[in-house]
Amino acid sequence: MHLTKFKDAEHLVRLAGAFAIVLVLFLLIRAHFIPKSFGQYGHYRGNALAELSSKPVIYAGHNACEECHSDVLDVKKVGKHAGVNCEACHGPLAKHAEDPGSVVPQLPDTAVLCVRCHEENIAKPKGFPQVVGAQHSSGEVCKTCHQPHSPLLSPGEKKS
Amino acid sequence: MITRRKLIVLLPAAALAWKYVLAGTPETAPNYNRSEHWWGMLLDIDKCIGCGNCVRACSTENNVPDGYFRTWVERYHVAGWEQETPQVDSPSGGIKGFPPSRFEGGKNFFVPKMCNHCVDSPCTQVCPVGATLHTPDGVVLVDETYCLGCRYCIQACPYGCRFLHPTKHTAEKCSLCYHRITKGLTTACCENCPTGARQLADLKNPDDPIHEFLRTHSVQVLKPHLATGAKAYYHDLDGSVR
Repeated sequence: MHLTKFKDAEHLVRLAGAFAIVLVLFLLIRAHFIPKSFGQYGHYRGNALAELSSKPVIYAGHNACEECHSDVLDVKKVGKHAGVNCEACHGPLAKHAEDPGSVVPQLPDTAVLCVRCHEENIAKPKGFPQVVGAQHSSGEVCKTCHQPHSPLLSPGEKKS
Repeated sequence: MITRRKLIVLLPAAALAWKYVLAGTPETAPNYNRSEHWWGMLLDIDKCIGCGNCVRACSTENNVPDGYFRTWVERYHVAGWEQETPQVDSPSGGIKGFPPSRFEGGKNFFVPKMCNHCVDSPCTQVCPVGATLHTPDGVVLVDETYCLGCRYCIQACPYGCRFLHPTKHTAEKCSLCYHRITKGLTTACCENCPTGARQLADLKNPDDPIHEFLRTHSVQVLKPHLATGAKAYYHDLDGSVR
């Protein structure tokens, strides 16, 4: 071995030492900055899923409404609006569902509510009931004749 | 002083604990098993009336800034001979419904648009930091605490479903109401669609009506030639829709 003793070998040792220190520093910094849950499900922060699913709900969903308002459900489920969920007209009411006293929902104004869906438009499906709002009711609000929860006029009533 | 005997006990214990160190804080939705779901959506062109309820509901539920949309509705007009160049309008994303059309005749219909929650999503592939992610239950989400706001994903999405939040400066998109579907609710847009034109679908649930629907109806996805594995299934989609 005495033959191959490299001149100035300590330079290389020092260089290797410097590399080793940089490598260790890099690994430490990397470990510090990469979140613990990174890679749990894929190339992303696993905890993000739990964070995103813990956001508050604004629309309670019709099941929550029906727990208390079963009387309305009984009317609605036999009518033409059976498939329309409560909050589609009444607005977001998760707070009301949590604590009914805290938020009292406003009754929607049928003069503006109904035409959102039923105003005539060429692009609407042909079978969908549509009216020209201005001509249909001569200024009367919709609920004078139609009950919003079951909007078909009863057979005895005359269509105007 | 660590003896050999102690080391034999310590090493397996450390190996066991390491899993929990890596996991970080535990999940907050304990009753929801991510591996049991595979989410998509059914959008029925024949049923959409362009009322804008979905756009309003999405906006409210997800606190979407004014003038930006996670979902929106387009109105198509196709004259008989101009299949390749349809006239499309979407005033304010359809959030206030649609005024009377300036066209007569031809084909006219509404197309609700949203993130397609692609299986091979281009947006996830281009994210340089892993802020756009594909969940084990098939939803594409943005981790806003990790997003740099580099806009790569916005350019990569072939469906134009992403935008940069004007104040947070992070990428935003439809989350398929991940905070709702993991709690057993449907999405805000589906909850508020009056005609059932939008239906959340769990493709791993054998009882979901989506399976029967896909078997018995003509269903298409947007831009199928891009092979993104889109999971927004459109019923009776016209060939002119881009």
